[in-house]
Amino acid sequence: MTFLDGSVLACGVLLALAALGAVVRMIKGPALLDRVLAADVLLVVLASGLIVNMAVSRNTNNLALVVAITLIGFVGSVTVARFVQDRRRP
Amino acid sequence: MNSNSIVDVVAGVLMVLGALMSLGAAVGLLRFPDLLTRMHAATKPQVLGSLLLLTALGLELRSWALVPLLVVAWIFQLLTVPVSAHMVGRAGYRTKHVDKARLTVDELDDVVARVERADDDA
Repeated sequence: MTFLDGSVLACGVLLALAALGAVVRMIKGPALLDRVLAADVLLVVLASGLIVNMAVSRNTNNLALVVAITLIGFVGSVTVARFVQDRRRP
Repeated sequence: MNSNSIVDVVAGVLMVLGALMSLGAAVGLLRFPDLLTRMHAATKPQVLGSLLLLTALGLELRSWALVPLLVVAWIFQLLTVPVSAHMVGRAGYRTKHVDKARLTVDELDDVVARVERADDDA
């Protein structure tokens, strides 16, 4: 096992823990905006996983997908934040 | 130790550091008490993390031709992450999701009060 294999394994564990944390925050809430933030973090973790995968298998198959995620990943959270409302207000 | 394995070691270290940034964001999301601190933790480390990961990818593929595309990916991350952070913070402030008792300084409060006074006078 080379150094690179070990670091890829460590990356996998760290990214899995990060994704788990984001999912826990998405379930617990408490507000809609917290869930939106957690979804954003989960998307970046996904892009990070794609980058690590490309680095270890030495191809560029997913690079377009990574660029697309960084380009339009924020649209969802901006849309939800724009239309979130205060239910307590009449 | 030849130069090939040195590049591999550098790429591996950068990858682990980038993944640690993602984990830091998730830990911040879980541990911090209110929306604004969570917004801070969720959006800041990811930009540095993606820079480290993209650098590791460029090193691992050993390709200068790929560098512009990686820079583009990172620049878009740098441009879009503050937009979503700003929108989440703004929506949280306007819809009373932000707990004002936790804030030390609320500079926006003065501005809002001034605008409301001006509206009343008009």
